[in-house]
Amino acid sequence: MAREAGTDIALWRWAGAAALIAAAVVLPFTLSNYHVFEATQVMIYAIAVLGLNILTGYNGQISLGHGGFFAAGAYTAAILMHRYGVPYWATLLPAALVCFALGVIFGLPALRFEGPYLALVTLAMAVAMPQLLKYFDSVTGGNQGIVLVKPLPPPGIGLDRDRWLYFFVFAVLLLAIRAAANLLNGRTGRAFVAIRDHPIAAAAMGINTARYKTLAFGVSTLFTGVAGALAAIVIGFVAPESFTLFLSISFLVGSAVGGIATIGGAVVGGFFIEFVPNFANDISEAAPWAIYGLAMLLFMYIMPRGVVGTLGPGLAHAMQQFRSARGAEK
Amino acid sequence: MHQLLQQIFSGLAAGAVYASLALALVMIYRATDLVNFAQGEMAMFSTYIAWSLVNAGLPFWAAFLITLAVSFIGGMLIERIVIRPVENAPILTAVVVTIGLLLIFNATAGWIYSYTLQEFPSPFPDRTLFGALMTTRDVGVIAVTLAMLIALFCFFRFTATGLAMRAAAQNPESARLSGIHVGRMLAIGWGLAAAIGAVAGIMVAPVLFLDPNMMSGVLLYAFTGALLGGITSPVGAVVGGLIVGVTENLVGTYLIASQLKLTVALILIIIVLVFRPNGLFGTAVVRRV
Repeated sequence: MAREAGTDIALWRWAGAAALIAAAVVLPFTLSNYHVFEATQVMIYAIAVLGLNILTGYNGQISLGHGGFFAAGAYTAAILMHRYGVPYWATLLPAALVCFALGVIFGLPALRFEGPYLALVTLAMAVAMPQLLKYFDSVTGGNQGIVLVKPLPPPGIGLDRDRWLYFFVFAVLLLAIRAAANLLNGRTGRAFVAIRDHPIAAAAMGINTARYKTLAFGVSTLFTGVAGALAAIVIGFVAPESFTLFLSISFLVGSAVGGIATIGGAVVGGFFIEFVPNFANDISEAAPWAIYGLAMLLFMYIMPRGVVGTLGPGLAHAMQQFRSARGAEK
Repeated sequence: MHQLLQQIFSGLAAGAVYASLALALVMIYRATDLVNFAQGEMAMFSTYIAWSLVNAGLPFWAAFLITLAVSFIGGMLIERIVIRPVENAPILTAVVVTIGLLLIFNATAGWIYSYTLQEFPSPFPDRTLFGALMTTRDVGVIAVTLAMLIALFCFFRFTATGLAMRAAAQNPESARLSGIHVGRMLAIGWGLAAAIGAVAGIMVAPVLFLDPNMMSGVLLYAFTGALLGGITSPVGAVVGGLIVGVTENLVGTYLIASQLKLTVALILIIIVLVFRPNGLFGTAVVRRV
């Protein structure tokens, strides 16, 4: 009976994932160029929010500074492309490594801080980043930023720029989700969650909390940094003003709305961050941010654990009921 | 030397504003374990209300008192209507709700009052004292803040409601068993915090000029001050706010120009936190295993 139930859910999961992937593959051919660009943005934000979910959702360390790591990844990619002529696809790995290192450097002192104090330290990162970017203007182009050339699709593929970039980012997103799932469903992920839920018990069981907490930070910033690099590539422009504190807060909001301790929630969060501000603008020209704020409130009232966090268990519960009802009939 | 004293004193005056807002943040944190990101915007909105009253012809201090009352009621209503539904939800959910509030207040103020900078009247005459060491405005701000702090201290120490609030914040379950209406205490706490924020806004508006984004920088410094002092300690909030004010001023004058001022100030404070991870006056959270 239990074996049946397990295979059942697994089958549904695979079917659902396959359907989503199929839809995502077909989508860019049904949309206009600008909408394809927007969809690409959603996926970039999804990767960034996924990084935050790993740190805050699965490991319990709050970060208000992920906009700063996003910026670090973006500028790493931009400087490599602009100054050293590195091809766009080759900038992802350096951006990932740089941001991983930054995350570990940040994660070590962060071990001292809990809750609001950690929030402040990460907030300092978010606030400092634009100012530092402006200050070191010889490298970063200062206020004007760096203008990049949007990459061309490889010859013979038959896609235009926007759609090629969509699939490029989509591939990275799939890779990111797979990597995150592997990490979080394995030993490391269980260690993360144990540290989040009961640090003392985790330590008593032999988990090296310092190492895993630092690792969580590094992995999280790696994801967000790669997202930043992708953003630089896709938008073709980086400037300090794109990476304000509001971006960090947007990531946090997207994370909470999607479901902080989920992987799928990151994609929902990406949708929220990209589309709700525009949607709010359509509703009210005068005070679009008020509508955005209202949307946040409504999502939090109706689904306090985020969309995937609330609907996920709800769906599983419904399927359980369905199966037991069907079993009773037999 | 003279300039140093001058800068320290004007830093104290700025610090008094940060201290007020930090105190509001700490009050709400102690009561509900929640950092209210909307505190600054609520204060800004209250300041606009005061501005409207003054523009309508009311004398300054009358407008001040009415604004305090309105803010108090507003804060209570916000706790009841907006925060109550997510009381038992994960903390992050409540934090996102306060972020939503922040946006709503900011946008609504911009919509009603527009984004142009407005002048806000100062109740204090524009004079310098002690040979240009300090201005009457600075002294006035510090005096008002001090008066408010003393009033709050007396309220919490010597009144029954104050005691009930402290009990509700420290141990809601026990407080309920003692017959204290915890929900009501939370609402009063939010009301008081809103009123304190209003004072901060009104004190700072003559200097920063009134616009919907006036308090965003102040909130950041207040948050820093509250944490420097220890997020669980009201005394710490005040001391922290004052230290942040002075540090910001001195760093800005002697160390580095405006752009990196915030970064340097934050780094200094984080260095302090490394040695005292719970803030200067904060108590470490001790958990029973």
